[in-house]
Amino acid sequence: MLLNEFLFLAAFLFCVGVYGALARKNAVLVLMSIELILNAVNINLVAFAAYGHLIAGQVFALFVVAIAAAEVGVGLAIVLLIYRNRHSVDLTSVNSMKG
Amino acid sequence: MILAATQHLDVAQNIVFGLVSLSMVVAAIRVVTTDNVVHAALYLVVVLAGVAVDYVLLAAEFIAVVQILVYIGAIVVLLLFGTMLTRAPIGKSADLDNDQRWAAAVVSLFLLGVLGWALNDAWGSDRLPPAQVQRTADVGNSIFQTFVIPFEVVSILLLAALVGAVVIARRD
Repeated sequence: MLLNEFLFLAAFLFCVGVYGALARKNAVLVLMSIELILNAVNINLVAFAAYGHLIAGQVFALFVVAIAAAEVGVGLAIVLLIYRNRHSVDLTSVNSMKG
Repeated sequence: MILAATQHLDVAQNIVFGLVSLSMVVAAIRVVTTDNVVHAALYLVVVLAGVAVDYVLLAAEFIAVVQILVYIGAIVVLLLFGTMLTRAPIGKSADLDNDQRWAAAVVSLFLLGVLGWALNDAWGSDRLPPAQVQRTADVGNSIFQTFVIPFEVVSILLLAALVGAVVIARRD
Protein backbone atom coordinates (compact mmCIF):
# COMPACT_ATOMS: atom_id res chain seq x y z
CA MET A 1 0.00 0.00 0.00
CA LEU A 2 1.09 3.55 -0.58
CA LEU A 3 2.03 5.65 2.42
CA ASN A 4 0.15 8.54 0.86
CA GLU A 5 -3.21 6.75 1.01
CA PHE A 6 -3.13 7.05 4.80
CA LEU A 7 -1.65 10.54 4.76
CA PHE A 8 -4.33 11.87 2.39
CA LEU A 9 -7.10 10.32 4.48
CA ALA A 10 -5.61 11.91 7.59
CA ALA A 11 -5.28 15.29 5.85
CA PHE A 12 -8.93 15.10 4.81
CA LEU A 13 -10.08 14.26 8.35
CA PHE A 14 -7.93 17.10 9.69
CA CYS A 15 -9.50 19.63 7.32
CA VAL A 16 -13.02 18.43 8.10
CA GLY A 17 -12.21 18.84 11.80
CA VAL A 18 -10.89 22.36 11.23
CA TYR A 19 -14.08 23.23 9.36
CA GLY A 20 -16.19 21.85 12.22
CA ALA A 21 -14.23 23.68 14.91
CA LEU A 22 -14.61 26.97 13.02
CA ALA A 23 -18.20 26.68 11.79
CA ARG A 24 -20.06 25.08 14.70
CA LYS A 25 -21.41 27.06 17.59
CA ASN A 26 -22.60 24.27 19.88
CA ALA A 27 -19.67 23.64 22.24
CA VAL A 28 -20.11 19.85 22.29
CA LEU A 29 -19.92 19.74 18.48
CA VAL A 30 -16.70 21.78 18.59
CA LEU A 31 -15.24 19.17 20.96
CA MET A 32 -16.24 16.43 18.49
CA SER A 33 -14.44 18.30 15.69
CA ILE A 34 -11.32 18.50 17.86
CA GLU A 35 -11.50 14.70 18.26
CA LEU A 36 -11.49 14.42 14.45
CA ILE A 37 -8.33 16.54 14.30
CA LEU A 38 -6.55 14.47 16.97
CA ASN A 39 -7.48 11.22 15.18
CA ALA A 40 -6.06 12.54 11.93
CA VAL A 41 -2.75 13.20 13.65
CA ASN A 42 -2.79 9.72 15.18
CA ILE A 43 -3.27 8.09 11.76
CA ASN A 44 -0.18 9.96 10.57
CA LEU A 45 1.87 8.83 13.58
CA VAL A 46 0.94 5.16 13.17
CA ALA A 47 1.44 5.28 9.39
CA PHE A 48 4.96 6.64 9.80
CA ALA A 49 5.62 4.05 12.53
CA ALA A 50 4.74 1.32 10.00
CA TYR A 51 6.72 3.10 7.26
CA GLY A 52 9.94 3.23 9.23
CA HIS A 53 9.44 0.19 11.50
CA LEU A 54 9.67 2.51 14.48
CA ILE A 55 7.80 1.65 17.67
CA ALA A 56 8.06 5.26 18.89
CA GLY A 57 5.27 6.40 16.59
CA GLN A 58 2.80 4.05 18.23
CA VAL A 59 3.91 5.06 21.73
CA PHE A 60 3.43 8.69 20.81
CA ALA A 61 -0.03 7.90 19.42
CA LEU A 62 -0.91 6.32 22.78
CA PHE A 63 0.17 9.50 24.54
CA VAL A 64 -2.03 11.51 22.17
CA VAL A 65 -4.99 9.26 23.06
CA ALA A 66 -4.35 9.83 26.79
CA ILE A 67 -4.12 13.58 26.31
CA ALA A 68 -7.30 13.57 24.20
CA ALA A 69 -9.13 11.85 27.05
CA ALA A 70 -7.88 14.49 29.51
CA GLU A 71 -8.83 17.26 27.08
CA VAL A 72 -12.38 15.98 26.69
CA GLY A 73 -12.78 15.67 30.46
CA VAL A 74 -11.68 19.23 31.19
CA GLY A 75 -13.44 20.57 28.10
CA LEU A 76 -16.78 19.08 29.07
CA ALA A 77 -16.39 20.41 32.60
CA ILE A 78 -15.89 23.90 31.15
CA VAL A 79 -18.90 23.42 28.85
CA LEU A 80 -21.04 22.37 31.82
CA LEU A 81 -19.92 25.46 33.71
CA ILE A 82 -20.80 27.69 30.74
CA TYR A 83 -24.20 26.01 30.55
CA ARG A 84 -24.81 26.48 34.26
CA ASN A 85 -23.98 30.19 34.09
CA ARG A 86 -25.61 31.13 30.80
CA HIS A 87 -28.22 28.37 30.20
CA SER A 88 -26.90 27.79 26.70
CA VAL A 89 -23.79 26.34 25.07
CA ASP A 90 -23.86 28.77 22.15
CA LEU A 91 -20.21 29.76 21.71
CA THR A 92 -21.05 32.94 19.77
CA SER A 93 -22.65 34.37 22.92
CA VAL A 94 -19.55 33.71 25.06
CA ASN A 95 -17.88 37.02 24.18
CA SER A 96 -17.55 38.96 27.43
CA MET A 97 -13.76 39.16 26.92
CA LYS A 98 -14.12 40.50 23.38
CA GLY A 99 -12.36 43.87 23.01
CA MET B 1 5.51 -16.61 -6.28
CA ILE B 2 6.08 -14.74 -3.03
CA LEU B 3 5.82 -11.46 -4.89
CA ALA B 4 2.51 -12.54 -6.42
CA ALA B 5 1.23 -13.56 -2.97
CA THR B 6 2.14 -10.24 -1.38
CA GLN B 7 0.60 -8.30 -4.27
CA HIS B 8 -2.57 -10.33 -3.88
CA LEU B 9 -2.65 -9.49 -0.16
CA ASP B 10 -2.09 -5.85 -1.07
CA VAL B 11 -5.17 -5.92 -3.27
CA ALA B 12 -7.30 -7.14 -0.37
CA GLN B 13 -5.86 -4.46 1.92
CA ASN B 14 -6.53 -1.79 -0.68
CA ILE B 15 -10.14 -2.87 -1.11
CA VAL B 16 -10.73 -2.81 2.66
CA PHE B 17 -8.98 0.53 2.93
CA GLY B 18 -11.07 2.00 0.12
CA LEU B 19 -14.38 0.88 1.59
CA VAL B 20 -13.48 1.97 5.10
CA SER B 21 -12.08 5.33 4.09
CA LEU B 22 -15.12 6.03 1.90
CA SER B 23 -17.43 5.49 4.87
CA MET B 24 -15.08 7.54 7.06
CA VAL B 25 -15.14 10.46 4.63
CA VAL B 26 -18.94 10.44 4.44
CA ALA B 27 -19.32 10.08 8.21
CA ALA B 28 -16.77 12.84 8.94
CA ILE B 29 -18.61 15.25 6.66
CA ARG B 30 -21.88 14.32 8.37
CA VAL B 31 -20.32 14.98 11.81
CA VAL B 32 -19.70 18.60 10.90
CA THR B 33 -22.83 19.21 8.82
CA THR B 34 -25.67 17.27 10.49
CA ASP B 35 -28.30 19.30 12.35
CA ASN B 36 -28.75 16.76 15.14
CA VAL B 37 -26.22 16.59 17.97
CA VAL B 38 -26.86 12.92 18.80
CA HIS B 39 -26.50 11.93 15.14
CA ALA B 40 -23.16 13.79 15.06
CA ALA B 41 -21.93 11.67 17.99
CA LEU B 42 -23.06 8.47 16.26
CA TYR B 43 -21.34 9.46 12.99
CA LEU B 44 -18.25 10.18 15.07
CA VAL B 45 -18.36 6.53 16.19
CA VAL B 46 -18.18 5.46 12.51
CA VAL B 47 -15.13 7.65 11.94
CA LEU B 48 -13.37 6.38 15.09
CA ALA B 49 -14.07 2.73 14.20
CA GLY B 50 -12.68 3.39 10.73
CA VAL B 51 -9.51 4.78 12.30
CA ALA B 52 -9.23 1.55 14.32
CA VAL B 53 -9.52 -0.47 11.09
CA ASP B 54 -6.73 1.65 9.61
CA TYR B 55 -4.54 0.80 12.60
CA VAL B 56 -5.23 -2.91 11.99
CA LEU B 57 -4.26 -2.44 8.32
CA LEU B 58 -1.02 -0.84 9.51
CA ALA B 59 -0.43 -3.90 11.76
CA ALA B 60 -0.62 -1.83 14.96
CA GLU B 61 -2.86 -4.11 16.98
CA PHE B 62 -2.48 -2.59 20.45
CA ILE B 63 -3.31 0.95 19.41
CA ALA B 64 -6.33 -0.36 17.47
CA VAL B 65 -7.73 -1.95 20.65
CA VAL B 66 -6.92 1.20 22.65
CA GLN B 67 -8.71 3.28 20.02
CA ILE B 68 -11.89 1.23 20.42
CA LEU B 69 -11.71 1.10 24.22
CA VAL B 70 -10.82 4.71 24.92
CA TYR B 71 -12.43 6.59 22.04
CA ILE B 72 -15.60 4.64 21.32
CA GLY B 73 -15.97 3.28 24.83
CA ALA B 74 -15.16 6.37 26.86
CA ILE B 75 -14.88 9.60 24.92
CA VAL B 76 -18.05 9.20 22.83
CA VAL B 77 -19.99 8.24 25.94
CA LEU B 78 -18.58 11.32 27.67
CA LEU B 79 -19.64 13.50 24.73
CA LEU B 80 -23.15 12.01 24.85
CA PHE B 81 -23.27 12.75 28.58
CA GLY B 82 -22.26 16.31 27.77
CA THR B 83 -25.04 16.52 25.19
CA MET B 84 -27.51 15.25 27.75
CA LEU B 85 -26.39 17.46 30.63
CA THR B 86 -26.38 20.65 28.59
CA ARG B 87 -29.90 19.81 27.40
CA ALA B 88 -28.91 20.12 23.77
CA PRO B 89 -31.87 19.76 21.45
CA ILE B 90 -32.21 16.01 20.89
CA GLY B 91 -34.10 16.37 17.62
CA LYS B 92 -33.26 18.59 14.67
CA SER B 93 -32.16 22.13 15.39
CA ALA B 94 -31.46 24.82 12.85
CA ASP B 95 -28.93 26.94 14.70
CA LEU B 96 -25.91 24.67 15.24
CA ASP B 97 -23.69 26.58 12.79
CA ASN B 98 -22.49 30.15 13.20
CA ASP B 99 -22.43 32.72 10.42
CA GLN B 100 -18.79 32.17 9.41
CA ARG B 101 -19.55 28.83 7.77
CA TRP B 102 -18.43 29.87 4.28
CA ALA B 103 -15.20 31.42 5.53
CA ALA B 104 -14.51 28.21 7.46
CA ALA B 105 -15.18 26.14 4.32
CA VAL B 106 -12.76 28.28 2.32
CA VAL B 107 -10.08 27.99 5.01
CA SER B 108 -10.35 24.23 5.29
CA LEU B 109 -10.43 23.68 1.51
CA PHE B 110 -7.33 25.86 1.16
CA LEU B 111 -5.66 23.87 3.95
CA LEU B 112 -6.62 20.62 2.22
CA GLY B 113 -5.10 21.87 -1.02
CA VAL B 114 -1.83 22.90 0.60
CA LEU B 115 -1.57 19.67 2.62
CA GLY B 116 -2.39 17.52 -0.41
CA TRP B 117 0.18 19.29 -2.57
CA ALA B 118 2.86 19.02 0.14
CA LEU B 119 2.16 15.33 0.82
CA ASN B 120 2.17 14.50 -2.87
CA ASP B 121 5.42 16.38 -3.27
CA ALA B 122 7.14 14.76 -0.29
CA TRP B 123 5.92 11.14 -0.29
CA GLY B 124 4.75 10.83 -3.92
CA SER B 125 4.73 7.08 -4.50
CA ASP B 126 6.53 5.71 -1.44
CA ARG B 127 5.23 2.26 -0.60
CA LEU B 128 4.69 0.95 2.90
CA PRO B 129 6.90 -2.06 3.58
CA PRO B 130 5.03 -5.40 3.83
CA ALA B 131 2.97 -5.38 7.00
CA GLN B 132 5.10 -6.49 9.94
CA VAL B 133 3.15 -6.82 13.16
CA GLN B 134 4.44 -4.59 15.93
CA ARG B 135 3.65 -6.72 18.93
CA THR B 136 2.02 -5.42 22.08
CA ALA B 137 5.00 -6.68 24.07
CA ASP B 138 7.31 -4.44 22.05
CA VAL B 139 5.06 -1.43 22.62
CA GLY B 140 5.01 -2.19 26.36
CA ASN B 141 8.76 -2.57 26.54
CA SER B 142 9.21 0.68 24.70
CA ILE B 143 6.82 2.54 27.02
CA PHE B 144 8.42 1.22 30.20
CA GLN B 145 12.05 1.53 29.09
CA THR B 146 12.67 4.29 26.57
CA PHE B 147 9.62 6.41 27.30
CA VAL B 148 9.14 5.82 31.02
CA ILE B 149 9.54 9.50 31.98
CA PRO B 150 7.01 10.80 29.43
CA PHE B 151 4.71 8.01 30.59
CA GLU B 152 4.91 9.22 34.20
CA VAL B 153 4.36 12.81 33.06
CA VAL B 154 1.21 11.69 31.20
CA SER B 155 0.02 9.98 34.38
CA ILE B 156 0.44 13.21 36.35
CA LEU B 157 -1.32 15.10 33.56
CA LEU B 158 -4.29 12.71 33.66
CA LEU B 159 -4.52 13.08 37.43
CA ALA B 160 -4.36 16.86 37.14
CA ALA B 161 -7.05 16.85 34.44
CA LEU B 162 -9.27 14.62 36.57
CA VAL B 163 -8.93 16.85 39.63
CA GLY B 164 -9.35 19.94 37.47
CA ALA B 165 -12.54 18.63 35.88
CA VAL B 166 -14.02 17.84 39.30
CA VAL B 167 -13.08 21.27 40.66
CA ILE B 168 -14.43 23.14 37.62
CA ALA B 169 -17.74 21.28 37.43
CA ARG B 170 -18.37 21.21 41.19
CA ARG B 171 -21.42 23.01 42.49
CA ASP B 172 -20.54 24.98 45.61
